[in-house]
Amino acid sequence: MTFDLSPGAWLAPAVDWLNTNLHGLFAGIAAVIEAVLGGLQTALLYPPALVMIPLVAVVVALLLGWRLGLLALIALGFCFVMDLWEQSMETVALVSVSVAISVAIAVPLGILAARRPRLEAALRPVLDIMQTVPPWVYLIPAVMIFSLGRVPAIIATIVYGVPPMLRLTTLAFREIRRDLIELGQAIGATPRAILLKIELPSAIPTLMVGLNQCILLSLAMVVLAGLVGAGGLGAEVTRGLTRMEMGLGLRAGLAIVAVAILLDRLSRAALERGRKG
Amino acid sequence: MDMATQVTDADDVLVDCRSVWKVFGDKVPAAMRAINERGLGKSEVLKEFGCVVGVSDATLQVRRGEIFCVMGLSGSGKSTLIRMLNNLIAPSGGQVFVKGRDVAKLGPAELRELRARHIAMVFQSVALLPHRTVLENAAFGLEVRGVARDERERTAEAALAKVGLSDWTRRYPSELSGGMQQRVGLARALASDPEIILMDEPFSALDPLIRRQLQDEFRELTKSLGKSAVFITHDLDEAIRIGDRIAIMKDGVIIQIGTAEEIILNPADAYVAEFVAGISRLHLIKAHSVMVPVADWAAERPGVDPAALPDTSPEADIDALIDLTLESAGAGIAVRDGETLVGVVTPRSLLHGVQGSRTSGAAHG
Repeated sequence: MTFDLSPGAWLAPAVDWLNTNLHGLFAGIAAVIEAVLGGLQTALLYPPALVMIPLVAVVVALLLGWRLGLLALIALGFCFVMDLWEQSMETVALVSVSVAISVAIAVPLGILAARRPRLEAALRPVLDIMQTVPPWVYLIPAVMIFSLGRVPAIIATIVYGVPPMLRLTTLAFREIRRDLIELGQAIGATPRAILLKIELPSAIPTLMVGLNQCILLSLAMVVLAGLVGAGGLGAEVTRGLTRMEMGLGLRAGLAIVAVAILLDRLSRAALERGRKG
Repeated sequence: MDMATQVTDADDVLVDCRSVWKVFGDKVPAAMRAINERGLGKSEVLKEFGCVVGVSDATLQVRRGEIFCVMGLSGSGKSTLIRMLNNLIAPSGGQVFVKGRDVAKLGPAELRELRARHIAMVFQSVALLPHRTVLENAAFGLEVRGVARDERERTAEAALAKVGLSDWTRRYPSELSGGMQQRVGLARALASDPEIILMDEPFSALDPLIRRQLQDEFRELTKSLGKSAVFITHDLDEAIRIGDRIAIMKDGVIIQIGTAEEIILNPADAYVAEFVAGISRLHLIKAHSVMVPVADWAAERPGVDPAALPDTSPEADIDALIDLTLESAGAGIAVRDGETLVGVVTPRSLLHGVQGSRTSGAAHG
């Protein structure tokens, strides 16, 4: 008799069961994600790179200042010069969709957790697990359910991206000045008006920090998900690794750095604007 | 004035607090039952139920046009009491009526309506939204009520003009001094044109000079607009300066309610007496409290004709009486209510008044 505990022995049948019984649901989820992702990717790749790069640079310069516009020009130009434009845009699309879904899950849950200490207590160990289990491990059930491709990559990325966003949302809403909420009640505002006109604007700076974290962690995970056929820059890294092609691995790696720096600086700049306003 | 306000009918009572209790803790219903049935005190409730009594058995009425001050030190329950008037804190026992309606029985929408239109609040922390301009802050109450932009901005501009901030409407709160911020808070309360304004220690955080100025402005504005106010403060000077009537609170209990003059002349207990000891009487004690009856005066000074004395009204304060006494021969000052001679202030009775010992036979209302 051994005392070895094997969670896999429990989980694998559970995943199998889910697969057989909820196949329709998962297929539906996969179809929606594929459609959104495909649309975004097509849109990003529709204009030629030589049109897209200056366009983005100009828009960023107008919105957030010329330094960031220049940064966008350099970062995107680098991806183009490395001959990884298409892959870079695939990665940006994957990150965007993952972050959007992560935010849609994490913000409402985080707000609820800020209001209900019990929910927060229940969520905390779950979030700890989501953040500390090595990311490769989520890929296994994700692939079992959604098979290889971009969808399991996005699912695994969401699992990785939700915790920071959720924790910071809870923090943001817990830090809101008590007197401002009391003001809302005292002037006869509805709970909805208090949420939208008092709580959300006050929470924006901390929420932006959460978003920044969410974007960077999602990018890291999306790259890792190249292993399961997510495409994009991650696929190039994986190819470089499996073929032992130093040059390809390095080019893809540097392109990832360029995309990461760009996304980080842009979200930070947006954050600064949120603070000022 | 005193005589007039005593004759009130029920319509004139805007806020009516009837033996209101607030108990904090996990076993509030049991603690309230024990209080009602066994008459437990604050420390017994804490010992037996682990509940803290915030406000106990508070009864007060605020009349139309009146500024009612609640004075107490921190922890006296005054902030809890004021929050029960608009149900930000629900009472554990007793009833609060605002304009004749039991606040605890209102539904959520009715309660919001009451707060939005009839009973505004100004906070010690000011509670301005930092990401909105002064104008948007002043209009915030109207905004959440769904008033159209044009109309609410016009109303908010008018309210800001009343507090002297017309030139600052496009600025952000962080650009304003503490005193100006609190004016915005007041303008926001005025913008919804409520009958009652709850002031929760609004001027406590300001420096003394600005505080004085705002106290005077607040009183003037409230009176000229015909509003009623409940004003919380820990400063007796402030309560006296602003309030028509003052309630003194200690440990959750209202110890005494009365005009400043009543409280100073007749402190209900040693605690109140100690509080009022340091208060300057010069402007608080009035002629009607220090005068002696005409007959007594005549007996003391036969042959002096009261018509020869300088005269004054019953509402003249000690400061004015001292001036009159210094200017006159010192035989006394005739106190006339209209044409009728109601009493005489002699130098002797005046000195008693200054000192605080009560003049024999002095009538006060």
